[in-house]
Amino acid sequence: MSAPRPQFKAQAGRALRDAQLQHALTHIRSGFVENRRKALEVLPEFEVLRRAGKAIKDHTLANLDLYLERFEREVQASGGQVHWAGDAAEAREIVLRLCAEAGARTVTKGKSMIGEEIAINAALEAAGIEPVETDLGEYIIQLAGETPSHIIAPALHKTRAQIVALFRKHHAQYGLSQALESVPEIVDEARQVLRDRYFQADVGITGANFLIAETGSAVVVTNEGNGDLTATLPKTHIVLASLEKVVPTREDVNVLLRLLARSATGQAFTAYTSFFTGPRRTDDLDGPDRFHVVLVDNGRSVIAGDSDFHEVLRCIRCGACMNHCPVYNAIGGHAYGWVYPGPIGAVLTPLLIGEEQAADLPNASTLCGRCEAVCPMSIPLPGLLRKHRERQYAERIVPPRQRLALRAWAWLAQRPAFYHLSTRAGMRLLRLLARRHGRFHRLPLAGGWTANRDLPAPQGETFLAAWKRGERP
Amino acid sequence: MRVGLFVTCLVDAFRPNVGFSAVALLEQAGCTVAVPAGQTCCGQPAYNSGDREDARRIARQVIELFEEFDYVVAPSGSCAGMLKRHYPELCAHDPAWRVRAERFASRVHELSEFLTDVVGLREVDASYAGRCTYHDSCSSLREMDVRAQPRALLGSVQGLELQEMADTEVCCGFGGTFCVKYPEISVRMVSDKAAAVTASGADTLLAGDMGCLLNIAGRLKREGSAVRVYHVAEVLAGRADVPGIGEGDDA
Ligand code: SF4
Repeated sequence: MSAPRPQFKAQAGRALRDAQLQHALTHIRSGFVENRRKALEVLPEFEVLRRAGKAIKDHTLANLDLYLERFEREVQASGGQVHWAGDAAEAREIVLRLCAEAGARTVTKGKSMIGEEIAINAALEAAGIEPVETDLGEYIIQLAGETPSHIIAPALHKTRAQIVALFRKHHAQYGLSQALESVPEIVDEARQVLRDRYFQADVGITGANFLIAETGSAVVVTNEGNGDLTATLPKTHIVLASLEKVVPTREDVNVLLRLLARSATGQAFTAYTSFFTGPRRTDDLDGPDRFHVVLVDNGRSVIAGDSDFHEVLRCIRCGACMNHCPVYNAIGGHAYGWVYPGPIGAVLTPLLIGEEQAADLPNASTLCGRCEAVCPMSIPLPGLLRKHRERQYAERIVPPRQRLALRAWAWLAQRPAFYHLSTRAGMRLLRLLARRHGRFHRLPLAGGWTANRDLPAPQGETFLAAWKRGERP
Repeated sequence: MRVGLFVTCLVDAFRPNVGFSAVALLEQAGCTVAVPAGQTCCGQPAYNSGDREDARRIARQVIELFEEFDYVVAPSGSCAGMLKRHYPELCAHDPAWRVRAERFASRVHELSEFLTDVVGLREVDASYAGRCTYHDSCSSLREMDVRAQPRALLGSVQGLELQEMADTEVCCGFGGTFCVKYPEISVRMVSDKAAAVTASGADTLLAGDMGCLLNIAGRLKREGSAVRVYHVAEVLAGRADVPGIGEGDDA
């Protein structure tokens, strides 16, 4: 997998100074976070549902081969075909071959994170095939030539003014002359243009929120209905899905869909939930002639067998962890440097592109635990971030200076006499330096801290020294 | 009840008054307090930086020092969380140590939670004239289930008015080494927290963790804010008569 080494700190710094981005990010709290809170308030059995969802996923992941094989059999029985892709390159090859077989020139696309992961759009373009994103958010970032910054709201980082400007620039060719005022106007404008694209498309590519082993179905949820049009209008429908999307039964999907919608947007259910099973049958009114599922491994089977990290495969991509993450809220999704941002990205990205490539991600967290608290699949995200840190420490990816400082501190912490001697001396010195101000405006070696905040000075004597001296309350 | 006080390294170094406040509160509640002299730190810097070996050695050291007490109490949700939630995990692979770590963990408490839930303290004998807002530190809230306890005790302080701020459960951006490794992100987070404190209209900020307190006080002072900052134990023990965190003697 070729991924640029994410320049996390530089990207985060840029994001923090980007006023438009900072403005766009403020909407997360009033939108997603508030809506989820309200949705849970009226659903006291959420915890029960959550436990059921976790159990379903744990069971499936423990028997992944079994359910994937069943899924393949059922897809074949309903007239479709399953293709297994070991890595991103293989997945791209399969999709391109299927597109070539369909004689495709235009491909409509529903939102798909695995599509981003294997960089399918670039591959299609290189093969002379035009990919057209049909999810409004994806369409917007396609116009902007960018990548998604959030897994359920890809264009979350854009302000309305930026979106209006994008439409004015790119839709002039379709006759758009006046400025778009409201959100419905923007939606309508995109819809007008996309309508024609749907009918031009030779192939429709969608992701899948879930795959049902029992029926061989792919489940796609959208709030715009674009998934349906992408899947049913072209003659060929390709479903791109990673292995861990499979679940045993339709019943299981019901549980997970309820968790997904509430956690993602605070809806009781997503507006459109479609089940695609095989190509059109003779008495079907619509549907594609060919139905393909590309099952992408791309590192999943390794994660599934990794006792440290296998829990991450329970993720249903609801985005709640990033919505509630104060770090994501500060820097947005692009700073994370690859497909998956936020806490889930910080856990998943190093597993998929390599610990060293993504070294900053698991470290840039306060481990505040809000992500785990809201994750509908109870994934212990802070614990998994710590496991990455352990790996980095063991593999000596931690910068030598940091490692040395840590070792020195740990050495002291295990030698109380030295520890107390040095804290006592250190605190007395700091107190003297602070004189009577009670804080430091600037302090050598603490530049990171004091650049934009003061450092409160210690009171002077350490507690343990005073206690030993016999001081009592 | 014999209580071993785990002072925490930040209280020890920066704010001894919090240690004395904790002792005062525990004694007021009828406990016999001991302060093992060999204590240093709970080991979080090592644990959260991936240095499992050192973290494990420090964990064993703390367990050995404290396992003789009926209870172990820390004026910090973060250190209490480390002792209670993470020590058993650190010792899980060694059968003998696992048992010791689990028995130890079952006796660990955060100060306000110990006072209300274990000792059954309903009110304290203290007064503080001010409008206080309380910041929920992440580990207190999410690892130790501390939310109502400090507020209940604060409700019994004469003259004190509690004024909740927005997003009180959102991290202040301290995060141990996070604040020095990613200062720009950290400052952004603590600025949001300082803004919430200011918007609440409170004149005093309280919290149960020195890390958060140093961070938020540092930002408030940099902004020139007049909001005073104390550890909640200082107010509950009636010992908030000294300069607040980040205040000079001449302030
Ligand atoms: S890790 Fe949990 S909260 Fe985050 S996207 Fe996945 S399921 Fe949602």
